[in-house]
Amino acid sequence: MTLTKEQAAEYLLQMYQIRAFEEQAEKSYMAGKIHGTMHLSIGQEASAVGSISTLEPSDYIIGHHRGHGLTIAKGADLNLMMAEFYGKENGYCRGRGGSMHIADVKGGNLGANGVVGGGIPMAVGIGIGLKMKAENRVLLSFFGDGAASTGAFHESMILAVLFQVPVVFICENNQYAMSFAAHDWTTSKKIAAHGELYGLSSTSTDGNDLIQVREAVQKGVDLARSGGGPSLVVNDTYRWRGHSKSDRNRYRTNEEIEEWKKKDPIGRFHDYCLKNKLLTEKKAEEIEDKAYAEIEAARVFAEASPDPKVEALEEGVYAP
Amino acid sequence: MREITYLEAVREAMTQEMERDSRVFLIGEDIGEYGGAFQVSYGMLEKFGHERILDTPITELGLTGAATGAALIGMRPIAEIMFMDFTTLASEQLVNQAAKLRFMFGGQSTVPLVLRTPAGSGTGAAEHHSQSFENWFVHVPGLKVVMPSTPYDVKGLLISSIRDDNPVVFIEHKLLYKTKGDVPEEMYEIPLGKADIKREGKDLTIIATAIMVKKSLEAAEVLAGEGIDVEVVDPRTLRPLDTETIVNSVKKTGKVLIVHEAVKTGGFGGELAAVIAESEAFGYLEAPILRLAGREVPIPYNRELEAAAVPQVDDIVAKARELATLKV
Repeated sequence: MTLTKEQAAEYLLQMYQIRAFEEQAEKSYMAGKIHGTMHLSIGQEASAVGSISTLEPSDYIIGHHRGHGLTIAKGADLNLMMAEFYGKENGYCRGRGGSMHIADVKGGNLGANGVVGGGIPMAVGIGIGLKMKAENRVLLSFFGDGAASTGAFHESMILAVLFQVPVVFICENNQYAMSFAAHDWTTSKKIAAHGELYGLSSTSTDGNDLIQVREAVQKGVDLARSGGGPSLVVNDTYRWRGHSKSDRNRYRTNEEIEEWKKKDPIGRFHDYCLKNKLLTEKKAEEIEDKAYAEIEAARVFAEASPDPKVEALEEGVYAP
Repeated sequence: MREITYLEAVREAMTQEMERDSRVFLIGEDIGEYGGAFQVSYGMLEKFGHERILDTPITELGLTGAATGAALIGMRPIAEIMFMDFTTLASEQLVNQAAKLRFMFGGQSTVPLVLRTPAGSGTGAAEHHSQSFENWFVHVPGLKVVMPSTPYDVKGLLISSIRDDNPVVFIEHKLLYKTKGDVPEEMYEIPLGKADIKREGKDLTIIATAIMVKKSLEAAEVLAGEGIDVEVVDPRTLRPLDTETIVNSVKKTGKVLIVHEAVKTGGFGGELAAVIAESEAFGYLEAPILRLAGREVPIPYNRELEAAAVPQVDDIVAKARELATLKV
């Protein structure tokens, strides 16, 4: 599955946009411009972009708490996204959701989720609805290794197979559920084996290799779109930053983090594009600069955006 | 008008709505060939097929999440949780997801789902099949909570709940399933958030929910024989609550007894008492607000113990009699 030059440029841009967004998010937090917490996906860009690159614009995703990268890969407006991160009225969720709940429903992004495993049961229902509506759309349901141990995951796999939903379940195994190491109880291959046991076509990938991720997810998307039911892809990856802002990295070593940084998904895709003459060094630099400039513009937009009005606090709890 | 049971009224509401709107479907455990644990959906599989009657393995969390997800993209699922006790297993999706998606997405979505569940004791099913958890869900902004007490109400309220664009917890009392009443064959809506005065009276108000409405009406007949004229108010929906009807009734009678089956501590009666105390009805009260509710125990198995754990007609009569003579 070879990429066109346009695809290569687009995917590299998205990966840089994610990296730049996360770096800006961290800076804004450190500068005291936003409150709360955030979950950064630096190091996991290939899983987000590689997976979502297989979708049509009318397809859906539903995500997890570490969802900035997924949102960008699904084509979110960076200004509205940054405004939501800043809690502003013109953000995607009018400042009500923040980092952990960014959704772009019109764009087919049915939201990040603050409960680990919270999106997986809904994914089954979205799949049921898509089948009933006979819309030839598919859903990618993202979750982490932490969710793979929940009852929500296991119940959902059983229902997904029973109802043959057009969903590709994607486990982004970033090796730690907060501090609990995946290797203490499972591996990407074992998570995929769970899928097989339940009757989903399942596979695991080097999740830092965009090409490998894309090929695996494309098979799942093709299967779902042709009525072949659900599948599971486990992308083996790593988060460079802590779980959230409270993380002191006590459960892993700097050596381990540095080892994974050598497998930087952006660097690898960059080198792949140059080696296969999909991009020139100059073009790649332009793409990187463009991404950082867009994120800087988004920051300026967000900081200039209005806060929600306190008088409107109770609006929107119920549909009229 | 013909007479049907509460159970048949639930089935008729679901059937008519499914005929009217192709987005409506059922999902739950043993709702297909088995007909549901209480036979509520009996015959619906033959009518609508497996495409719209989705029988699931035992997955309360999974099926509630599936209903939530389907609602998120515009379907109108009706999920059945076989016993309200098992909503504990479904609560993550109901409370954290369905109730909040609209608000936390800044109004981008609606979640038009109905979660139907039979509640209450009186069937000898003991601790894990007899509980009344309505107030847990009343406590959650984003949910609506409906507790119908008659066949007429259950049909109209269920139709309104299915057509509502919000997640609705629809609580059916098991002992009401076989009760009969006049129910129109045609479809009709009873608005959510509108209480009903089931009996007019002037001496004191009983506010009761679900099976306690029926018991309070029986108690009112006994009390009428003693010269005590009781008004019985049924809120019908606990969230949103029709405070106006409640406050007006208390202003009229000056005395109020709140009766529900759920455990008294933390029960909905506390909320009702507070609503009355905070309102203009406070100045009209001629006696303290009284509550009669479930005892502070799990529902036990033994027949006598089970009956003693929740208010019975005699208890309501005695408490109302006490209230009738009470003064501030």
